[in-house]
Amino acid sequence: MSTVEDAEGRTIRRGELSWWGRLQINRNWLALWFMLPAAFFLLLFLAWPLILGVWLSFTDTRLARPGKFIGFENYEWLWDDSVFWLSVFNTLLYTIVASIIKFVIGLYLALLLNRHMPFKAMIRSVVLIPFIVPTVLSAIAFWWIYDSQFSIISWSLKQMGLIERNIDFLGDGNLARASLIFVNIWRGVPFVAITLLAGLQTVSPSLYEAATLDGASAWQRFRYVTYPLLTPIIAVVMTFSVLFTFTDFQLIWAMTRGGPANATHLMATLSYSRGILSGQLGEGAAIATAMIPFLLAAIMISWFGLQRRKWQHGENNE
Amino acid sequence: MSNVAAKAVADEVHADQREGMTYLESFPQRLITLWLPLGIIMVILLFPFYWMALTSVKPNAQLVDMNTHNPFWVVNPTFDHIKRLLFETAYPRWLWNTMYVAAAATFLSIFASVLAAYAIARLRFRGSQTIGALIFMAYLIPPSILFIPLASVIHFYGVFDTPLALILVYPTILIPFSTWLLMGYFKTIPFELEECALIDGASRWQILTKIIVPLAIPGLISAFIFSFTLCWNEFIYALTLISSVQNRTVPVAIVSELVDGDVYRWGSLMAGALVGSLPLVILYAFFVEHYVSAMTGAVKE
Repeated sequence: MSTVEDAEGRTIRRGELSWWGRLQINRNWLALWFMLPAAFFLLLFLAWPLILGVWLSFTDTRLARPGKFIGFENYEWLWDDSVFWLSVFNTLLYTIVASIIKFVIGLYLALLLNRHMPFKAMIRSVVLIPFIVPTVLSAIAFWWIYDSQFSIISWSLKQMGLIERNIDFLGDGNLARASLIFVNIWRGVPFVAITLLAGLQTVSPSLYEAATLDGASAWQRFRYVTYPLLTPIIAVVMTFSVLFTFTDFQLIWAMTRGGPANATHLMATLSYSRGILSGQLGEGAAIATAMIPFLLAAIMISWFGLQRRKWQHGENNE
Repeated sequence: MSNVAAKAVADEVHADQREGMTYLESFPQRLITLWLPLGIIMVILLFPFYWMALTSVKPNAQLVDMNTHNPFWVVNPTFDHIKRLLFETAYPRWLWNTMYVAAAATFLSIFASVLAAYAIARLRFRGSQTIGALIFMAYLIPPSILFIPLASVIHFYGVFDTPLALILVYPTILIPFSTWLLMGYFKTIPFELEECALIDGASRWQILTKIIVPLAIPGLISAFIFSFTLCWNEFIYALTLISSVQNRTVPVAIVSELVDGDVYRWGSLMAGALVGSLPLVILYAFFVEHYVSAMTGAVKE
């Protein structure tokens, strides 16, 4: 039997320790107490709602009225609902187009910011401002920029003689999608650029010098030096970017609320308007639950990205 | 003598590293490949803020008449919109709500995260790896799939439509992120320090408060700034869990209360957006490095 000495030097057996004594010595016991505050929040307000959400999607619960189990009825209903499929299409279009453009422009901006120039630190801080300002507030500013009557873009184009009448940016389905994607890109580029820049700064300049001496062109230096070294961080950044774009809500809600004629509804906004505004909690939860498979796919990509990084850095690398 | 020479060589090497290979480029080349694209991107990134600030001080007459004066500038700026916002709406109240909720949720989260991160990074209890992975997973669960069940849960706990609802819910977004960030910081603190303290008879609690936390202050500031910004920015929970006008936070209040059918609303809307963004931008200006390290650290770890 293992023994320990207490403060007065008496030898006591471990089993006889008070809870306070055990707390001070046993790691597992101590860790339990240390984890308690975090566990309180994460279990009560994250894990429990997550399970409840999946359960709600199998019931016909409405606002302020408990529902009963109805199996897959919500999903069957959604399967035949063209608005739901339109929202799935919009979400995928929004995510794929915005993520690709964010990646390309973000990487380009990161490469520009990584070059030697005066006021580098200041330029870098200014670039991040769109990411700091709350999305809704900048979305409102864009709403005003896209205004059907007083849009500054329409005005400028008219002055240049390029168009005759004002462009109704948010009034036409496809134009509204494009306008919203633009705002999402505008907000996401700084995040992608600054995080990729952090990755770029770890690449040693001597590698580029060596490549240049071997006669590599600028494109080859990027393709065979920068890109392979940056792959792990690209994987993580893009997973986050895809995740946030896919589940975007506030940008759409602030500017179009899913309109015109549902043309810009994403799954998240449709879930809100069905679940909270119309009070069909069950149906809203079903739409939200339908997003989970896509999220799992994104997480898998991240996981494999990290695996690859481990493989690059050798084994014992946490 | 040789010292001076060595220093000169070192300076040269240093300058060379700093310059990199830029000496290979001519000025016109740099103008086209660096300054021009960078300039265009910066103008696009910053224009909405310029427009926001300009609109919030523009008299109504100039907002709707774009032909008498150049709309890119303002003649006779006015503070009417800002005055109206501060004295005729509940804006100060919303600003206070936002600040209060963000500060409280951030403090709670940092407290919980410090404890959790220390336990995972240092106590190495049974299953600590699994818990670490689970917390990372929690980071990837977006609010958009949780708000409906969360609304019922909050009803059930009886805190619906109170600031307390948001204070309790926001930590679910903040804890995974800050725990992950702080774990990275704690791992860089040498184990030896802790062992010495253990030998001297310090308890784990003393080690945490007297050694680990003071050494991880930069990490704590990063986590604090980033969490505070996230809270301020949060929208969907604030929209779902708060129903009365006086309890709203700034982002939600602007979208649902300030937006009405009035043509002249733009001035006060933009003023609201500007005043709502300024505190964060000022905070960010003071802690740029911490903010960037929080953002990149969370991605790198």
